[in-house]
Amino acid sequence: MLTAIRYFYLLRPIWAVLIALFVGSGLILIAGVSPITAYVELFKGAFLDYWGLAGTLVKTSPILLAGLAVILPLRAGLLNIGAEGQIYMGGLFSAMAALLLPEMSALILVPICVLAGALGGGLWGLIPGYLKAYHGMNEVILTILLNFIAINIVSYVAGGPMMQEGAPYPYSEEIRQELWLPWIMNGTDAHAGVIVGVALAMVMFFVLKYSTIGFALDTIGKNATAAQYAGVPVKPYIVGVMFAAGALGGLAGTFEVLGLKYRLYHHFSPGYGFDGIVVAFLASVNPLIAPIAAFFLSGLKAGALVMQRAVGLESTVIEAIQGLVIIFVAASLGFKYNATKWSQFLLRRRKLDAEVGDTFAKTPKGDE
Amino acid sequence: MSELVLKLDGIAKLFGDFRALDGVHMEIERGSIHAILGENGAGKTTLMNILFGLYQPEEGEISLNGKVTKIPSPRIAMEMGIGMIHQHFMLVDTLTVAENVALGLPDQGAKLDLGRIVKRLAELSEEYQFDIDPHEEVWKLPIGMRQRVEILKVLFRDADIIILDEPTSVLAPNEISNFLDGMARLRAAGKTVIFITHKLDEVEAIADNVTIMQHGKVSAEVRVVESDAREMARLMVGREIVHDVVDRGDQKPGDIVLKASGLRARDNRGIEALKGVSLEIRAGEVLGIAGVDGNGQAELSEVITGLLDPEAGTITVDGEDITHKSVYARRHTHHVSYVPEDRHHTGLVLDFSIAQNSMLRDFRIPPFSRKGVINTSKVREKAKDWVDRYDVRMRNIDQHVRFLSGGNQQKLIFAREVECDPRVLVVMQPCKGLDVGAIEAVQRTVMAERANCKAVLYISTELEHIMTVADRIAVMCAGEITGILTPDEVTDERIGALMGGIKEEGVA
Repeated sequence: MLTAIRYFYLLRPIWAVLIALFVGSGLILIAGVSPITAYVELFKGAFLDYWGLAGTLVKTSPILLAGLAVILPLRAGLLNIGAEGQIYMGGLFSAMAALLLPEMSALILVPICVLAGALGGGLWGLIPGYLKAYHGMNEVILTILLNFIAINIVSYVAGGPMMQEGAPYPYSEEIRQELWLPWIMNGTDAHAGVIVGVALAMVMFFVLKYSTIGFALDTIGKNATAAQYAGVPVKPYIVGVMFAAGALGGLAGTFEVLGLKYRLYHHFSPGYGFDGIVVAFLASVNPLIAPIAAFFLSGLKAGALVMQRAVGLESTVIEAIQGLVIIFVAASLGFKYNATKWSQFLLRRRKLDAEVGDTFAKTPKGDE
Repeated sequence: MSELVLKLDGIAKLFGDFRALDGVHMEIERGSIHAILGENGAGKTTLMNILFGLYQPEEGEISLNGKVTKIPSPRIAMEMGIGMIHQHFMLVDTLTVAENVALGLPDQGAKLDLGRIVKRLAELSEEYQFDIDPHEEVWKLPIGMRQRVEILKVLFRDADIIILDEPTSVLAPNEISNFLDGMARLRAAGKTVIFITHKLDEVEAIADNVTIMQHGKVSAEVRVVESDAREMARLMVGREIVHDVVDRGDQKPGDIVLKASGLRARDNRGIEALKGVSLEIRAGEVLGIAGVDGNGQAELSEVITGLLDPEAGTITVDGEDITHKSVYARRHTHHVSYVPEDRHHTGLVLDFSIAQNSMLRDFRIPPFSRKGVINTSKVREKAKDWVDRYDVRMRNIDQHVRFLSGGNQQKLIFAREVECDPRVLVVMQPCKGLDVGAIEAVQRTVMAERANCKAVLYISTELEHIMTVADRIAVMCAGEITGILTPDEVTDERIGALMGGIKEEGVA
């Protein structure tokens, strides 16, 4: 019985999503559409249709990587709201490497571009990490503010020094085709970024679960004093984990540029960094679940467009439903499984059953 | 005899079944300085919290100015003219002195009239020669001045009875004499001052009367002029000291393992907590550190284990200087183990399992991990072995340590810190909150380490526990070691005097 209750708790993000969709169906009803048709269209368009699935995977790449960029520092108790900025810096650095470096073999240049993007994002994570560790500043505020700086640096570069001549709005020259990421579905935009993301999620899972680094991070996150007592160099770890997180965000931006846009656009990310926070919570901070969570969230986004076309529902409705999903999942995480409480509850139930049974058994005797 | 301002009769306070205060009787004269002297856990602070309305006594009555009364809350206490200054100041650092005084002041109306407050504060500061500028921001003031701000706060509220909880524990030595002068001026102005302390010299220097408490009871109430420090020390410790019940064998201590000299350090509030502490521990020797809580013991353990950087002094283990080594190096190169005072926040990660907590100290070295990969099965094997041998009662090793009792948590920490075969074992307050059985287990472990030729530093406020395990007993007071005794030399009078800060002749 207790294990059943434990699994029920473990799956709470799923219950939360179901409840959110149920509440959302009320909104769809008000908009004058049948919720069942709407949801069927949504899920068909997002997951069951070749082109729709490709569209979902295109979004999964940055959302998953941004999710990992949030999950990793969260294990050490740090909230990285800066994945968005890290995406922009990653895009900027990789685009600069692709466009400005001298011509060389794609076999060499593609890894350089990818590493440059990771480095750009990493630096954008390193700054708040250093200020947090050595000057006690709040990483939440720092990462939020650094987002604006990164977004505007990219707008400046894409609209200034690197802007293509005669472009109607800020974007750079196109990147040579040899440097583009390979596609994974014929004839669609779906690119290899999502595969790298899933691979990194696996790696992160094993590192967090089986390595001393993962154990040290979890110790810092759960009890920093104890980590210090155990001899873990807490400050360097904070800097390091924020750099790694930034690098993951940077990769998200890199793959957007090299895999989808092929240019550095201003405002090229529609808030994927913030979707990463949602993914982290949907996945209960577990990198193994992160790909599923990212895939689901991307599906909602991609399917929204299909649904809008198919049943004429405003896309604002689906945005409201996304908001509901986030709120319900976040709230569901507040319900913590408490073994003692539940076992006591079950014990009381058994006692009550026994009592009631006894009373029934005794009643006839009393009559005699 | 002058008029009584406050009289306590038969006061008892229960926490569950525990009688923190038991039939306390006390008489305090108007316009006197009344010290309350006692060791940790004697009930001093509980008693003062009752006077300030923070706790309600279960039994007994309080008479204020000859009338029996109840003190239901601090607010009412203040209306009655009782003010309390806590050991840790209740000031907002970024506000000015005047603003701090205005905070929570009753009957202010909607408009903040700082001008009136500043004027009155300046007068009060003048009257008591406190030398406080009402416009100064509190964070700019040294600790001694902040204490005066606290006193001004209660004077501003027209307090007649001023209670101070361990007022000198936060002060630097040069600030203490100023503080004592301030007390005298308060007395001259007709105020009644009650202060809690364990320092005998202060009692002798300033107090008129002293109530000595022990285990929730009043052991004596004396006039200071009719007593002396020796007698007060005896009354404070006041019990048959049990001599050496453990068989020590004929083991002779070996070479010096841990040597600390001239250690100086500040605590996290920037107050000097260690003022030149030197000590040596030999292999197979237990050095006990006795003393009232908060006299630098915590900082001493942290400086030795690397959690706090000393400002001066050196620490060596087996002749190697470790003063500036990292915690990691101390633990793995120099084999220093540490059982910290705070099990919940330092020694364990409550939301980790027993197995995870077992590897907390050594997870980066074999056999727990190799090349950065944790060997989970080895960890579990070790954890199982330890919980068996150290008798940690639990459901299984995947249980979070949060759900273990204090004694079982402590056994797990001891297993971890001892099984790694350390050279030096630092143990801080290991028996706090444990039952008799667990205390015995802890002491057995310590004695086993002694027999294994380890150097053990055993810090505790429980004199009996130290007497049981220690070969030598160093007593700390106000950041210094005031004396080192062997258990045979310990008398309640001598140790009481050392705990009260009275150094013995010929002690370094």
